[in-house]
Amino acid sequence: MAKEPILSAKDIEICFHLRGRTLKPIRKCSLDLYEGETLAIVGESGSGKSVFTKSFIGMLDANGEIISGSILYGGVDIAKYKKEADWIKIRGKKIAMVFQDPMTSLNPLKKVGAQIQESIELHQGIKGEEAKKLTLEMLKKVGIPDPERRYNQYPHEFSGGMRQRVVIAIAVACHPQILICDEPTTALDVTIQAQILQLIRDLQKEFQMTVIYITHDLGVVANVADRVAVMYAGEIVEIGKVDEIFYDAWHPYTWALLSALPQLGVKGEDLPTIDGTPPNLYNEIVGDAFAPRNKYAMKIDFVKAPPYFDVTATHKAKTWLLDPRAPKMERPKAIQALRSKMKARG
Amino acid sequence: MLKYTIKRLLQSIVTVLIVVTIVFLLMRMLPVDYYFTEEQLMKFTEEQKQEQLLQAGLLDPLPKQLFNFYRQLITKFSLGDSRRIQSGVAVTKVIATRMGISMRLGVISLCISLVLGVLLGIAQTRFKDKLVDGIGTAYIIFVNSVPSLVSYSLVLVFGSQVLGLPPLYSTRNPTSITLPIVCLSMGSIAGYALWTRRYMVDEINKDYIKLARAKGLTTKQIMIRHVLRNAFVPLAQYLPASFLLTIGGSLLVERFFSVPGMGALMTDAIARYDTNVVQGCVVLYASLGILGVFLGDILMMLIDPRIKLTGNGGTR
Repeated sequence: MAKEPILSAKDIEICFHLRGRTLKPIRKCSLDLYEGETLAIVGESGSGKSVFTKSFIGMLDANGEIISGSILYGGVDIAKYKKEADWIKIRGKKIAMVFQDPMTSLNPLKKVGAQIQESIELHQGIKGEEAKKLTLEMLKKVGIPDPERRYNQYPHEFSGGMRQRVVIAIAVACHPQILICDEPTTALDVTIQAQILQLIRDLQKEFQMTVIYITHDLGVVANVADRVAVMYAGEIVEIGKVDEIFYDAWHPYTWALLSALPQLGVKGEDLPTIDGTPPNLYNEIVGDAFAPRNKYAMKIDFVKAPPYFDVTATHKAKTWLLDPRAPKMERPKAIQALRSKMKARG
Repeated sequence: MLKYTIKRLLQSIVTVLIVVTIVFLLMRMLPVDYYFTEEQLMKFTEEQKQEQLLQAGLLDPLPKQLFNFYRQLITKFSLGDSRRIQSGVAVTKVIATRMGISMRLGVISLCISLVLGVLLGIAQTRFKDKLVDGIGTAYIIFVNSVPSLVSYSLVLVFGSQVLGLPPLYSTRNPTSITLPIVCLSMGSIAGYALWTRRYMVDEINKDYIKLARAKGLTTKQIMIRHVLRNAFVPLAQYLPASFLLTIGGSLLVERFFSVPGMGALMTDAIARYDTNVVQGCVVLYASLGILGVFLGDILMMLIDPRIKLTGNGGTR
């Protein structure tokens, strides 16, 4: 991965103003995205996965703003964009997004075809019949049979999986460079999930897109991702290639997440859980944000936030455990057994 | 669709018939003396009265009276004559002349309030929590909380003293409709603004707007192509009824500016025991109300593809 990143976020801090108080869901997040790769961002609810990626297309809620850091994309720092007119050049055209719930993501009163066509007309400068032809093609590409008939139907005439295909068609219609999938399969049936993931993978290959998956389903991650970023309380606590995260994780939070994989559960035993709750983002966080919930926390974790330590050239983690002065720590048994278990499941 | 429409239409007709019949029967419980004007009551002897009543069919048994009432209505489109409001004039005519006046005022004011109210609602949504929104909300609260008579008086004083507009309605002076229309519109502008804003804000917070934004649409495009149209659906349901009920006029406004419209007709007729006029009004209002709801449902079905009123089939 010696290539130049196509998108490079550096030290992003995001604030939300809520009833006179300020909360900081993203605290100095950095991320390099390389062309053609699939990056998965995992973490529990409220860890800032969505907010972080939404800032790439200027879709933070009205009360939120990027207060520091930069997002370099196409040689421009898009974190400085304030006006809608600037973002319009990127949204949908260069960076597109697929949202979690296909049931509510489509305008219920507009024909499905028109909603896809809207996106095509907007970005490709073509209108009418020609745009319709492309729309029909797009419908076929995302695996919707009988596109001619489907073009004139309304969202309520589609099943959840079909709707998500339409949403993906809308996102991909303009061949964006980067596709952000915000929990694209969470609201879907398990059997449909695999189909949708396969669809995204096919489209990624066809249009040479870079894909960011936001998910808390580590099963999905193992399936699709090249690299994984683990987020906790607004920080990326560990990032590396998928194998490095699954089999050579260093951050206790990553351990905890992996141990909680239902696939690793033993019949008759309770699934491991992570005790406690994420820190209150209104408050200034001292030390390692995960320390209060961390079974392996050391004294220093409560005092000083750890820096990133490189494990390999592609793998780094934000934990004092990697400091040469730290005592040797045994990884939890479940993690050690992960490789053989995952292999066994194929 | 056609089958449903016909079914609904038949149901509506039955409903009107029931309402009218009940009112007709209730009116028969009044003493028949009210068939005569005050003057006639003084003049006529008992025999003369009986004879007239007999001729008018008012001494017939109830079922026969009811039958005659409907026969007249259907064959001659007649609701009988007014006895006291305008003695001897056909009820249909009494209603028709007043209806025209009320409707003209009502339709003009409804169009004005629709345009202004919806525009105000859009502006309030667009600049939510900003100055425009605040002013709009203040207006809505003012109109709804200040008793209409007070605000009408303000309009009257301001309009006639400052702007020099005629304070009373008159057919000869076309500008005299201005003040009644202003009064009629004040309240409905507030209503339309309130609901437009409410439905638009509802829509804006929906997920599909997020996707539309992610698609790269500008806020303006989203507002026009997605939000406004969807927000209009729930409003549209009540439009036909609002239009039809302008015929009824407004009691308060018409009294206030002495407009000879429909507003006070029914209450006057009740107060003066003019049974035929009361019946006529009931037939009219019941049909309009039910027709309005019916048309509203049909309109909804036409603009919202999710609504399939046919029952079987439905969504897959």
